[in-house]
Amino acid sequence: MRYAETGYNLEIDLSSGNIEKVQTDPALTELHLGGLGTNARILWDRVPPETDPLAPENLLIFGTGLLAGTPAPGANRTIVTTYSPQTLLMAYSMMGGFFAPELKYAGYDKVIFSGRSPELVYIWINNDKVEIKDASHLQGKGVVETEELIKQELEDQDAQVASIGLAGENNVYYASVEHARSSASRAGIGAVMGSKNLKAVAVRGTKDLNIARPEKFIELCNEVLDYIQWRADNPVQHVPPILAGLGSPQEMAIHDEAWHTTAFSWGNARYRRKEFWTEEVEDEWFRVQDGAVQRLISCYNCPMKCGAIIAYPTLELSKYMMKCYSKLTYVMGAMADNLEFGFRIAGLAQGYGVDSYTAPQVMAFAIELYENGILTDEDLPDFPADNEGRFFYLLEKIVRREGIGDVLANGVYWAARQIGGGAEAYDSNTIKKHEQIPIKLGMLNPVFFLMHSTGEKINITQIEGQLPQAPFPEKEDREEFVKDWFQAPSENIKDFFVKWEPRGEYAFPYFPDFQTACELVEWQETMHYIDDTTGICAGLSSFPIKPPYHIHNLPTLISAGTGLDIDKDELWNKIIKRNRCLLRAINTRRGLRRKDDRPPEDHWKKRFPEHEAKLLDEYYKFKGWNSEGIPTRETLRSLDLDHVGEDLEKRGIYDDGQKDEDS
Amino acid sequence: MMGKKTKTVKVINIDLEKCNGCRACEMICSAFHASEKYSSNNPARSRIRMIRRPLEDIYLPIYAGEYTAAECMGRDKYVIDGKEYDECDFCRASCPSREAFKEPDSGLPLKCDMCEDDPPQEEPLCVKWCLSDALTYEIREEEVEDEEEEEQKDLTQKEMERSIKALADRYGLDKVANSMARLLKKE
Repeated sequence: MRYAETGYNLEIDLSSGNIEKVQTDPALTELHLGGLGTNARILWDRVPPETDPLAPENLLIFGTGLLAGTPAPGANRTIVTTYSPQTLLMAYSMMGGFFAPELKYAGYDKVIFSGRSPELVYIWINNDKVEIKDASHLQGKGVVETEELIKQELEDQDAQVASIGLAGENNVYYASVEHARSSASRAGIGAVMGSKNLKAVAVRGTKDLNIARPEKFIELCNEVLDYIQWRADNPVQHVPPILAGLGSPQEMAIHDEAWHTTAFSWGNARYRRKEFWTEEVEDEWFRVQDGAVQRLISCYNCPMKCGAIIAYPTLELSKYMMKCYSKLTYVMGAMADNLEFGFRIAGLAQGYGVDSYTAPQVMAFAIELYENGILTDEDLPDFPADNEGRFFYLLEKIVRREGIGDVLANGVYWAARQIGGGAEAYDSNTIKKHEQIPIKLGMLNPVFFLMHSTGEKINITQIEGQLPQAPFPEKEDREEFVKDWFQAPSENIKDFFVKWEPRGEYAFPYFPDFQTACELVEWQETMHYIDDTTGICAGLSSFPIKPPYHIHNLPTLISAGTGLDIDKDELWNKIIKRNRCLLRAINTRRGLRRKDDRPPEDHWKKRFPEHEAKLLDEYYKFKGWNSEGIPTRETLRSLDLDHVGEDLEKRGIYDDGQKDEDS
Repeated sequence: MMGKKTKTVKVINIDLEKCNGCRACEMICSAFHASEKYSSNNPARSRIRMIRRPLEDIYLPIYAGEYTAAECMGRDKYVIDGKEYDECDFCRASCPSREAFKEPDSGLPLKCDMCEDDPPQEEPLCVKWCLSDALTYEIREEEVEDEEEEEQKDLTQKEMERSIKALADRYGLDKVANSMARLLKKE
């Protein structure tokens, strides 16, 4: 018997219509656990690096986390993996909701799509019965409507649906896959789904999911629940309210947006508005949010309330579900000052299925080009005069790939190069061709420098976490903080935190020492990699400060769930390191090199090129990678990935690391 | 003269406004009732089910009650605070009209037992796992007439009777009797 996982994948070839239920190799679970780890392994083994992301040969993998569907609170994530049409590297955006548990109960760990359907279709997985169904009547429909229509058609309100909107159908490079209140938004996964002519996946399952050591497992789950309750009554001190609790930032429950609106940048990631959050704004935004949020909701088996049902009289869509930060991204991108606009356009954009990080930044970029004469009235006929109107205008053009929308649909990096005429200079906030969170800061932060530069997710919010973003000014407060910081992986990290000061000898950029900086990065990244294999939500684990899941209880939890015997060392230094290096190798094979490991150029005002180069050198060494950021053969061999090293060697990647492999 | 007697009534209070729709109640119910406790889970086996229509803002946990052989003739609609509910949404019955409250494989009916356990649980596990406090638990003492109190049968026996009745309804009494006979012969 298999525990925590089902031991089966569903393989669907959309070109031929062939469907197979395939038993998986338990040895791969031991090597990579599940979720991201085994997704990556499949991508490495089966999709050659020269594959065009939008070609039928690319795979689209919906992988459940290893613990998804088990009693572990918050274990509900689906990890969607493919090659990105935007970054051309591996994409592994993830979603919460109810999809992964339902897929497990239907008897599958993953659904792997290959090929391209001749017509628009959706998939209906009902336990052992799997059908490819016509979706021509769903063409052009928004995701909320699609989900409802499919449930009605299947006569099953309990079916869970993941779908794409118009943006995905039209291969917009930042199209999302949407499901309930969640989405796998980043890096254009929806475009790949659209390229396969796959409108939606519906799943319903009524089978058991097994646990290897039930008594131990449930004991740990109860501890997690107890700690969640305790943390609700004991928020972290000395950080903004939005960061004091658990979950993803409680954007739906908390209306105090002083931190986001004054610390993050507005427009095309340009301007900070330190004076924005006034009493009048606060009152008005409270009124709007209070009127728009109908109910706070969660994902499967999670006590948090990170999402909401949104209903607002002026909405273009009658109702939708929202999570996290999307209420602000359009507002700030458009310099709109108006939260109601945020709720209106976010609903519309979600229906079309676009990433709410990237889309507003592309629109803000287009407005800047227009204001600077690079885009003209010829490119933007009847372009409205106000930014809110412009955002609605651009959204409609982009999701239809109409006129200039066809270029903007490729994201800032590609659009800038296609438009030319100096547009490249306005590409101010991308890493590896992908739009980043709009933050512009003063002093270089060495830890964040490394995370921004080297993260394979190409998205800082899913690499950072646990470490407060700024030092507490008072030493007593720092000492108080570490007293019950049992989540910290080592005494060295606690010592660092106590010493860390805003100014002087123990301040950035030369503090901490290289070794500690590397340890801080690796710890935070390792925690995210664990979550991405288990499917536990980062909001209860790797993302917030002092979370209920941490490096000291996760090995035991995974062991009790699966029946494997994994300790901290095995989890961190073997399995996660293996997954980390495999992802790096996948991207190396797609052409990623040291020159790509950079933050957005103007992310920090004060830069230290020599120190930054040294940081990268030291970090690569720390990871067992060469000076080009490529895992060495020895490193790969020690992680049972010798075949990966052999492949890199055969391709000549080690001989000429500098060679830019154009893919 | 009829005697008075105190009866313990176990109450789960359900506050629909507080529900975040996470379905932890379904999950933990099915895990607790797995044979070897917590060895598996499967919300389809749960004795509490969420009626969940997010866009209508309908989040309604319902507990499994008695088994019934036939579904109701009509279907009434309720409109509460502008939200439309089907009568069945509130019904606790394990009924031929729907999948809920039946074992998915055998179709045998399920019924909430308030997590009877030895030693007893502090509260039913759906309540324990509901950190949103949509489900809370209280124990009330009520005075009842002695005669009126239903004769307490052994819990297992009751469950058996219910199962056999459901099987008989489904397959016919003859078929069930024959199967039983065949089983007994094998032993």
